[in-house]
Amino acid sequence: MSHEHRDDTGARFGMWVFLYTEIILFSGLFLLYSVALSKFPHEFGIASHKLNIYFGAINTLILLLSSLTMAMAITAIQRGKIKQTLLLTSSTIGLALLFLVNKFFEWSAEIGHGIYPGSEHLAAMGPGVTQFFNLYYFTAGLHGFHVIVGATLIGVVTVRVKMGKVTPERYVLLENSALYWHLVDLVWIFVFPLYYLIL
Amino acid sequence: MHATEHQHEPVSYRTLILTWAALGILTGLTIAASRIDMGAGNVWVALGIAASKSCLVIGIFMNMRHESRLFKFGLMAALVILAIFIGMTFIDVLYR
Amino acid sequence: MSESTSRYGGFFTESPRSGFLGWVLSTDHKRIGLLYLGCIVTMFIVGACLGLALRLQLFQSGHSIMSAQTYNATFTVHGVIMIFLFIIPSIPAAFGNLVLPIMIGARDVSFPKVNLLSWYCYIAGAVLAVVAIFSGGGPPDTGWTFYVPFSTQTTTNVNLAVTAAFMLGFSSILTGINFVTTIHRLRCKGMGWGKLPMFVWTLYATAWVQVLATPMLGITLVLIFLERTFGAGLFDVAKGGDPVLYQHMFWIYSHPAVYIMILPAMGVISEIIPVFSRKPLFGYWAMAFSSLAIAFAGSLVWAHHMYTSGMSDMAIMIFSFLTFIVAIPSAIKIFNWVSTLHKGSIQLAPPMLYALSFIFLFAIGGLGGLALGAAAADIHLHDTTFVVGHFHYVMFGGTGFAFFGALHYWLPKFFARMYNHKVATIAWALIFVGFNITYMAMQAVGIQGMPRRYYDYLPQFEPLNMVSTVGSWILAVGLILMFVNLWRGIRNGTPVGINPWAAATLEWTVPSPPPMENFGEEDPIVTRGPYDFKGVVADEP
Repeated sequence: MSHEHRDDTGARFGMWVFLYTEIILFSGLFLLYSVALSKFPHEFGIASHKLNIYFGAINTLILLLSSLTMAMAITAIQRGKIKQTLLLTSSTIGLALLFLVNKFFEWSAEIGHGIYPGSEHLAAMGPGVTQFFNLYYFTAGLHGFHVIVGATLIGVVTVRVKMGKVTPERYVLLENSALYWHLVDLVWIFVFPLYYLIL
Repeated sequence: MHATEHQHEPVSYRTLILTWAALGILTGLTIAASRIDMGAGNVWVALGIAASKSCLVIGIFMNMRHESRLFKFGLMAALVILAIFIGMTFIDVLYR
Repeated sequence: MSESTSRYGGFFTESPRSGFLGWVLSTDHKRIGLLYLGCIVTMFIVGACLGLALRLQLFQSGHSIMSAQTYNATFTVHGVIMIFLFIIPSIPAAFGNLVLPIMIGARDVSFPKVNLLSWYCYIAGAVLAVVAIFSGGGPPDTGWTFYVPFSTQTTTNVNLAVTAAFMLGFSSILTGINFVTTIHRLRCKGMGWGKLPMFVWTLYATAWVQVLATPMLGITLVLIFLERTFGAGLFDVAKGGDPVLYQHMFWIYSHPAVYIMILPAMGVISEIIPVFSRKPLFGYWAMAFSSLAIAFAGSLVWAHHMYTSGMSDMAIMIFSFLTFIVAIPSAIKIFNWVSTLHKGSIQLAPPMLYALSFIFLFAIGGLGGLALGAAAADIHLHDTTFVVGHFHYVMFGGTGFAFFGALHYWLPKFFARMYNHKVATIAWALIFVGFNITYMAMQAVGIQGMPRRYYDYLPQFEPLNMVSTVGSWILAVGLILMFVNLWRGIRNGTPVGINPWAAATLEWTVPSPPPMENFGEEDPIVTRGPYDFKGVVADEP
């Protein structure tokens, strides 16, 4: 009596709609950023120089590479190459961890210098620099949270591929975890220039 | 939809790697552009390059180019709404 | 499939699991709809009691039954419960879940497990809200709007409250994702966009607003939490921030939120009026497109809540202008409902009483909205009880009454029992009269200058406040009578068949209560429109 409901296009569409919500979620922080930038153009430049461009650039490249590995994982499973699929998804998780480790070192240094939300040292640098770093930490922090969620999701899917639950005939779960992961990459594509590269 | 599920054709590794290379180049470009003083123009150039990178990620990695109009419409809707939220807030901020 | 003992048939008895687990682990949209319904009615009653307490405090000038702090907490919790735990989910999560899949000829929604998750998020939000009231720092006292700087400084349970609201927002988002996908992907054969019941169109427009506006609330709530935790100063001028930006972010969601509240209600009215006029809905495509127009235009006007905040005059003018525009599609709906009634064969059954009074009350509320939307008038009216009266007219007189109408219209379908119509009519009359006394007096005293959110007031405002409070008692009696009548009807009412109202949408073609997976072996094929009553007859009494 039970009608099996399978709608891969619908499943992908649902994930896209969820991604639209994520775009709006981050947009609130970008709204605050754009207003603050218009108020403190000079101070934002000063503050941006305090961020380490190498950490930022390397992290950007790490995420771009991880998007590649996830996109390739889809092709791999479509071609029935399970071992390759697993290698590619595991690499993505590895790159995610690398991103987080980088972030840990980067933030340890910043916080060690007394630059963190609510710190006296930060407040002493003036309202413009304070706003910059408040928004930087909250945006990059929220992004980092999404890196963890995304990597976990990919981890779950990797296990399911290994178990044979996600197959070359039925892989929408892999597609959806990849879509989520690309969103994580997309957010960073905007964070990097807006925070690390202000002249 | 109970009949055969419509699956997209696999995207070749070549296409994906070329896309990734383009993304790398654009990253280099945005770093280079940020070293040139264009005043207020810097932000717009940065956003423009980021938008181009996004087109590549969305169009090719996320396979949007092969999805139906509905997916594209939804994305447009989200982006238009985003522009409205930020843009109309500036009607306040800019004219105080 | 286990057969649980139940006085009801259909999806009540057929279920993969029996008992309590069969409900809280169910992914059947009908069970999830009823789970939501039970919670929502409960939260309404709690919120209503808080509202009655507020009115009791305001009965006389200079006389207090509670401290100022308690009053602040009471109106805050009243607002949070009514908005996030009652009104926003009321029609979409309860009736949308119950009815939407059946109306489009589907077996369930696109993502049944996500549907259940949305209810879990709702419960999490409800639990957190209760904990926020009874624990540690005491219930929040900021107003449901959580304006900075007070919300970042007060020692009350704001963190818990905003976390609760976040969970409830997430629940709303998941419902929105589900409904957008379901309406696009799961319509049965023949169910083109032009044959959709208007309720589906409004749920569709609502779902897009839920998806695109709610996340802004999410980030705003997260920022309050982070501000309270780190004292970063995002909205603190001394640290380069701007408190008015908080208001922008808050209202960017909370204005579209009122369209999340009203659109499904309008959809319910569009279902009830044709059935009880025995006439098709007038102007189908105008009604459909006006729903989309309301959703879109409603996203352009948020700063009309901020005329007195210190924002620029340019913004005041532009937002005021746009606010007038958004009244137009709503007016189109009013005209079309009235046109549907014109030369119809009107049956004043209980659902129709609520639908007709909806039109009247929503119109009054809408006109009040125009007065407030006019920036010059708003300078005087802002933060007076005129505003409180206005939004109660649209949210309670509008969505609330539509919710009651939906209860009277659809409960007989899902429980296969009919309540007492005479008692329902008396209850409606008490509610209608009590409502108008309460809120018209409130609007009048607001124009005279009485501020909102004040636990006491000048003696000159006392007569109208007394009238308003007495009105609230009549309203309360009516509500009690209504709920008791519905409850007894569900439990012991006269059994009804498939189509007691001779309606033409698909839910009235399946058994009462509907079976698992709604339709039989074969998916339905639709050839008729949703308001094509030719040959549709009610069940034999």
